[in-house]
Amino acid sequence: MEKFEPVIVAFCCHYCAYTAADMAGSQRLPYPTNVKVIQVPCSCKVDALHIVKAFEKGADGVYVAGCLEGDCHFKNGNEKAARRVEYVQKYLDEIGIESERLEMVMMSAGMGYRFAQVATEITEKIRKLGPSPIKTATAL
Amino acid sequence: MITAERKPLEELIEYIKPFKRILLLGCNECVTVCSAGGRKEVGLLASGLQMAMLKSGNNIEIRQHTLERQCDPEYVEELVPMINDADAVMSMACGCGVQEIAMRFKDKPVFPAVNTTFMGASERQGVWAERCQGCGNCLLGETGGICPIARCAKQLMNGPCGGSVTGKCEISDDVDCAWQLIWDRLKSLGLEERYMEITPAKDWRSGGGSGPRKIIREDLAE
Repeated sequence: MEKFEPVIVAFCCHYCAYTAADMAGSQRLPYPTNVKVIQVPCSCKVDALHIVKAFEKGADGVYVAGCLEGDCHFKNGNEKAARRVEYVQKYLDEIGIESERLEMVMMSAGMGYRFAQVATEITEKIRKLGPSPIKTATAL
Repeated sequence: MITAERKPLEELIEYIKPFKRILLLGCNECVTVCSAGGRKEVGLLASGLQMAMLKSGNNIEIRQHTLERQCDPEYVEELVPMINDADAVMSMACGCGVQEIAMRFKDKPVFPAVNTTFMGASERQGVWAERCQGCGNCLLGETGGICPIARCAKQLMNGPCGGSVTGKCEISDDVDCAWQLIWDRLKSLGLEERYMEITPAKDWRSGGGSGPRKIIREDLAE
């Protein structure tokens, strides 16, 4: 079997994780190319539909990266995003997609190292889980 | 508004299993406001059904459409050009919308995607609570604007009962005793004497007790 390279979609808040990704770049910190970063104005901008569509279109894992607790540029968008992620995790279970494939993470703009670490950890976790059941079913 | 909640995916899959082409309908009215069956929920459900079916080896085609209002025949007519491309219809509207579709398209199987729950109001973002049971003879003028039919578990006309403890109903600590609320409100309005009046047993004929109800406005009806 061909080596499985997971496709991971990372919705990154402009005020923290997206800037942290830049920071990781300027610090020359490597992270897996499996992670496809999508910049959003706030983690709360990420709708349940965006996440579900990502899985439908072939993502093996998705994570939403928002600001640290209490640090949201828009007051509490990150908390709302976390609740939404929890809601979608339950929906994924109903569909038959392991909810571990979706995660909410928090970091600040200065945490370049954490960005790279999270990207690596999630990629490895999804690699262990294997291809998403949707991808497998589509390939049949 | 009328509130609703999506049915479990498993139940919906059972409905659509025998069909290949599904028309998934939303409604822009109440179910949009209570986040149960508007355009966004239609998208979410279509995606979920598509993936769940794909997982079980069935490739189905789901067309999505959201009507302005599914309980009015004028809006339902909009579906005529697309109905023949579907083997079955699944509706995320309330029970009224689902029945409107079933009546208009007699040869199409129609399935509900939500459980229509109650007539309620939004307490805060994401929380809805029952406020009215459409009893057909509104009492709110007598009860300080708080409905004992919808909000008292026993629908008492003269309350509270012995199960009212520190303002809460015996069924749950999360439920306010409607009659405590009524008393508090009448008191704050200086209308305590209203509370002393004994309300006779309710005539339930106006509340559906004598079969399905209908309103006919002679000046409007054609």
